[in-house]
Amino acid sequence: MQLSARVLPWLVGLTAVSLILGLGWGFFFTPDDYKQGATVKILFIHVPAAMMAINAWIMMLITSLIWVVRRHHVSALAARAAAPAGLVFTLIALVTGAFWGQPMWNTWWEWDPRLTSFLILCLFYLGYIALWSAIEDPDTAADLTAVLCVVGSVFALLSRYAVKFWNQGLHQDSTILKVGEKDPLDVAYYVPLVICILGFVLFFIMIVLLRTRMLIRARRLSVLQARERMA
Amino acid sequence: MMPDLGKYTVAVLGAWGAALVLLAGLLAVTLWQGARMRKALALAEARAAAERPRKPEQAE
Repeated sequence: MQLSARVLPWLVGLTAVSLILGLGWGFFFTPDDYKQGATVKILFIHVPAAMMAINAWIMMLITSLIWVVRRHHVSALAARAAAPAGLVFTLIALVTGAFWGQPMWNTWWEWDPRLTSFLILCLFYLGYIALWSAIEDPDTAADLTAVLCVVGSVFALLSRYAVKFWNQGLHQDSTILKVGEKDPLDVAYYVPLVICILGFVLFFIMIVLLRTRMLIRARRLSVLQARERMA
Repeated sequence: MMPDLGKYTVAVLGAWGAALVLLAGLLAVTLWQGARMRKALALAEARAAAERPRKPEQAE
């Protein structure tokens, strides 16, 4: 708690700077794409949100496994803390993707492998949050949500590699790591996109820290309330 | 200052608006829950601290 209290102000500052710089640059100072026009500006929120939606689940998987193996309570709480952030990132990816898809593909939604696996990931996030809320005993809730997290990881990985597994559908493959290859992302978009990704990563860490601190306090409060009832 | 988004104004502003609202909502809910929990814990700790000195007297 003391370490996180010291880190948080710096984290808030860095998050604000990178988000304002990346999003501001992406929205105001990038040119229109020759094919996609101004819709290319959706890239700066859609890609970082989609990346973080998957990465948040992977982080939840790692912390859940730490809970299962080491019974470290804070790791279980960190997994729980990350879920709402992951859900919001998934919703952003789905909503911004729909706004982007409508003018480009002429449809808001398509049962494409990547889109469908992302929708299932969104439902897994909802299920994960609901399961934590539904079980009163925190250790049992942590155990059961860890199992759900392992199962959901299949869809987190599928949503990342769906385009490679099934070479069909409307969604294109990633162009960020195609530097030097055919059809890479133009440098005019690359730099602000990397700053936006950094901003989203920092935002996620900040939310996880804030929510984990809140959940630790909630755990302390429930212990004190239990003592009061027994007295 | 505002870039010309042409025929994609609704798509771009809709996507950005929805994303910023969701991010701001997540941050607001997180801060609100954090503040509420901090207050509730401080009250409970104050109650617990107030009860602690009374126990030895009761024992006597």
